[in-house]
Formats: sequence, structure tokens, C-alpha cells
Amino acid sequence: MSGSFESLLARLRGGDGARRSGLLLIVALMLLALAGVGSLPTWITLTLAGLAMGMMVFIMASGLTLVFGLMDVLNFGHGAFISLGAFVGVSVMAALGPWMESASLAVNLAAVLAGAIIGMVVTGLFGYVFERLVVMPVYGNHLKQILITMGGLIVVEQLIYVVWGPDAIPIPRPETLKGALTFGDVVLEKYRLLAVAVGLVIFATMTAVLTRTKIGLLVRAGVENSEMVESLGYPVTRLFIAVFIAGSALAGLGGVMWGLYEEVITAHMGMSVMVMVFIVVIIGGLGSVEGCFLGALLVGLMNNYVAYLAPKMALGSSILLMVVILMWRPEGLLPVAKGR
Amino acid sequence: MSDRLTHGTPLRPPLLSLSGVHTHIGQYHILQGVDLDIPEGQLTMLLGRNGAGKTTTMRTIMGLWQPSRGEIRFDGAGLAGLPTPEIARRGIAYVPENMGIFGALTVQENMHLAARSGPMDSARLDWLFEVFPALKKFWKSPAGSLSGGQKQMLAIARAVIEPSRLLLIDEPTKGLAPAIVSALTGAILQLKSFGATILMVEQNFAMARAVGDTVAVMDDGRIVHRGLMADLAADKALQERLLGLSMDMHQ
Ligand SMILES: Nc1ncnc2c1ncn2[C@@H]1O[C@H](COP(=O)(O)OP(=O)(O)O)[C@@H](O)[C@H]1O
Ligand SMILES: [Mg+2]
Repeated sequence: MSGSFESLLARLRGGDGARRSGLLLIVALMLLALAGVGSLPTWITLTLAGLAMGMMVFIMASGLTLVFGLMDVLNFGHGAFISLGAFVGVSVMAALGPWMESASLAVNLAAVLAGAIIGMVVTGLFGYVFERLVVMPVYGNHLKQILITMGGLIVVEQLIYVVWGPDAIPIPRPETLKGALTFGDVVLEKYRLLAVAVGLVIFATMTAVLTRTKIGLLVRAGVENSEMVESLGYPVTRLFIAVFIAGSALAGLGGVMWGLYEEVITAHMGMSVMVMVFIVVIIGGLGSVEGCFLGALLVGLMNNYVAYLAPKMALGSSILLMVVILMWRPEGLLPVAKGR
Repeated sequence: MSDRLTHGTPLRPPLLSLSGVHTHIGQYHILQGVDLDIPEGQLTMLLGRNGAGKTTTMRTIMGLWQPSRGEIRFDGAGLAGLPTPEIARRGIAYVPENMGIFGALTVQENMHLAARSGPMDSARLDWLFEVFPALKKFWKSPAGSLSGGQKQMLAIARAVIEPSRLLLIDEPTKGLAPAIVSALTGAILQLKSFGATILMVEQNFAMARAVGDTVAVMDDGRIVHRGLMADLAADKALQERLLGLSMDMHQ
């Protein structure tokens, strides 16, 4: 009995405390917003919008935080995968026009799923090429990483112009995902519900992989101490490439989802979302997927509440949130204890 | 002399040998021609003052630093230039100075990763639970929540759960309470009785003399003395000259 008590204490010391305060922060923000907004139905609508945005940003940011955590690589080109994923996915969906316009939810979802999967495959493959060509030569040098990955981003944007032309491309949502469900005064946009569901599935899947599979455990171990992972006989670069590919594919998925959310795509959309992505990665604690998830929800909610209460302050409020959190926890919400 | 070091098996080549190994870290020339033989089945103590280059020697063996010159032979093959995971897979296990525990993972998960070639051997695990009961007790707890001594036990357990030919242990007793030091000493003596080959760095001279067969003393990136642990333990003057055990205070 004392054993289980001690192991409970051990668990609390092992990060559950930080996790709980992150959740408390989200609840506090929601309550504060409820007081500020004053109307429960409006608040529910805004909360759903915030959660949906948070989930999409989480999907885009999760790979980036692991890429940094595992090998200290700063990838400023991550936005390229977001834009590329969106263009590929949207092209697929456009080609499946009749499916998008069908009145059947299943057919609509099949079109979106096809776009998402092909978008992910292409960005995943592209991520592999990007890693080998652009990132590998600059392992261990932050300044070069920033410069060359930003260069890579610009090249990708230009390539998108070449293939898809310079204009923004509108992309209507599929028929059954247009509009909203209404319950009395509560308005729930259908697409946002889908985004939340997809985000939860991705988060649950990632958590399962990171906690229940050997490769996931190795990734988490490598984020803490990559030298020790190598000393146990596992090549960290191979793990890193796998994470980079997965992260690129997820960024691609995020791009497809973001494109449908905004109902328009542009070559620089990746770059503009990256501001939020970086804020989320920093708030969450570099290298922490769970922190990234909490951070994304905070930023998504904050954005939508503030956009309603004081429209001009939305982005500024995310930055303010980051500053406040860093003053409270300089390493982010759920920092990874580096053991090197 | 080398005949005496290998206890009457003079024809058996050492399991690991470093000859003329130089290591640079950045522009610093840290190891300056290290010659060191690790005989199979023995515990070789590597002693020397802080900053002498003991950790750097171990990291160079593991491939965490690349030697700039010299040769490292393990079981007849050269190691220099091989990546760390390959060196580990050839049979060298490493307990680093900072223990290298994965704090976000449970004790069990730490062990699971260490058991690289498949499920953990249950006989080895039972033995480890016997010598380090805390591992069993905290099996499902995050390793980051263990005490320093428990972490050290986990680090050693992790290094022995997968069969290896050579064990490198860097200062296992650093900062640990006497009771834990004696538990560790007991565990190391048992490992020796199973025939393990060990290279160990240790500042605690009592522990060093209790477990060491042969000894090498480093200073300024070179080996400055080699001999039997028992001879060094019996020779106070030699100890003071090599290790400055009590001299430091007066100088
Ligand atoms: N990462 C590093 N960068 C620069 N110098 C280092 C580094 N690691 C060790 N050194 C230097 O190398 C020398 C030997 O260090 P180390 O091998 O850790 O000694 P020991 O383990 O014997 O105390 C010391 O002078 C130390 O300052
Ligand atoms: Mg040392």
C-alpha cells in the first residue's frame, strides 16, 4: 500500500502537476471569456471555433515540436508543407467535384479524405526530400538552419506559383459540411465540428504511438537525451527522418484542413499560419507533443474570444498569451527535461 | 608487467585496447595519446583527478567523440569512426556520468528500450529486482521521479539487461549516500562474479579498491600509471603521488 502511494507521489512529481495547471489555464480562459462575452450561446459558438482552430494548429505544429526536440533542428520551412498540402489536397478535391457537390455526407467525406490522404502522402514524400537535401547538411548549426530552411520555403512557394498560378484559389466546402447545426440560439458550424473530431483523433493516435510503441518511446527518449538513445544502439538520425516525414505529412493535413476552413488557399498561407504555429510550439514547451496540444487549444480559444470581443487584438492577444506564459514558465507549459 | 595484469593469461589479447588515442573537443586537445588495455573478465578502474580526461576516454570509446588520432580495437576490430549505435550493438554498454535516464518514461519503458533485441530476459530481470528492489517497486513510475541512487541503479540495470561484452560505468557513486554506495558495490561484485568485463571510473577510493582488479591512472589526457588495484591500495605514497588523495589540501 505504501508502494502505490509512493508511486502516486512519483507520478505527480513527474509532470502531472504541470499538465493539470495547463488544463486549469484553459478552463480559466474559458470562464473568463464566458464572463466577457455574456451570452452562453455565443460563447459556445466561439468556444467551438476556438477548439477547431486549436486542433488545426496542433496538427500543423506537432511535427515541428518533435523535429526540434529530437535533433535541435529549427525548421523555418515547415510552412511550405502546409501550403503544399493544401494545394495538392484542394486539387484532388477539385478533381472530385461531383463528390464534393453530392448531397451525401459519406461521399463528401470520401472526397475530403482522398484529398487529405493524397496531400499527406505528397507532403510526406516531399518532407523526406527536404530533410535529405536541405536539413541534413545543416545539422547542428542553428543560424544555417534558419537561413536555408527559409530559403527552402521561398523556393516551394515559387514552385506553387509555377504549378498552380499566382492567384488565390477558392475552395468551397463540400455540400453537407456547409452551414451550421443550430440548437435554439446555439450555432455550431459543421466544418468546425469535423475539425475538432479530426484533431482529437490525431492527438489520440499520436499519444498512443508515443506511449505504446517502441518507436514512439524512442522518439520521446531521444527528445530527452539523444546520445543515450544512440548509446543503447538506436540510430537517432533514422528516428529523426521518420519524425520529419510524419511531421511534414501532418503539416500537409493541417494545410488541407486550414484551406477548407478559410475556403481559399494561397501559396503563402503556410507562412501566415506559422506565426501561430511557432507561438504554440513555444507555449507548449519545445519537444512536447502534449504541451503543443494544450498550447494550441489556448491559442485557438484566445484568438476566437478576442476576435469577438476586440477584433483588432486577435493576433496580439496570442503574443501576449505567450509572453505571460513564458513569464510564468520560461520553458513553456510542459517542458522536456533535457538530459545531455 | 602485462603478464601480471592479465593474471596468468598472457596470451589472451585484451578485449578492448586503446593505443595512442587523441581526442579534440572543438579546439581543445583533451586526450593526448591514451594507451589502455582492458583484459577480459576483469574490472579495470580508471582513476585520476577531475578534468583528467576519464569521461572523455569513455565517450571516445562509445564514439560520442571521434578520436583525431590513434586506434581503438574491440574484440579484434577497429572501432574508430563507427557510429555510436553500431559500437553499442557490437557489445559495449555505457552508464554515463549523468546516468542518461529518460525521465519522462517509466522505469519499465527505460528497461524495455535497453533490451534492444527483444523481450527482457526474465532471469536477468529477476536478478536485477533482487539486487535493486527499488526498480520493482517503481516499475511503472516515471524514471524522472526516482531518487539519485535509484536512477543510478536503473542506469546500471539498463546497461546489463541486454547481454554485452564490456560495460563502461562512469562515476556511479557520485553524490550518493553511503548505504546506496554499498548496495552498488555489492551489485558490481556480483556482476564480476558472473564474469563481466568492466571499465569503471570512480572517485570513491574505498569503492574502487573493493571492486577493482587492475587500475589505470590518468592525468592531463594521458595514462600515467598502470598496475594492480591491490598494489595501489597498499601503497600510500603511490596513491598520494598519483591521486593527491591528501596532498591537495596542503598545496
Ligand atoms: N564538451 C566539452 N567542451 C570543452 N571541453 C570539455 C568538454 N568536455 C570535457 N572538456 C574538458 O576536457 C577535460 C577532461 O574532461 P573529462 O573527460 O570530463 O574529465 P574527467 O571525467 O576525468 O573529470 C576537462 O578539462 C574538461 O574541461
Ligand atoms: Mg568525468
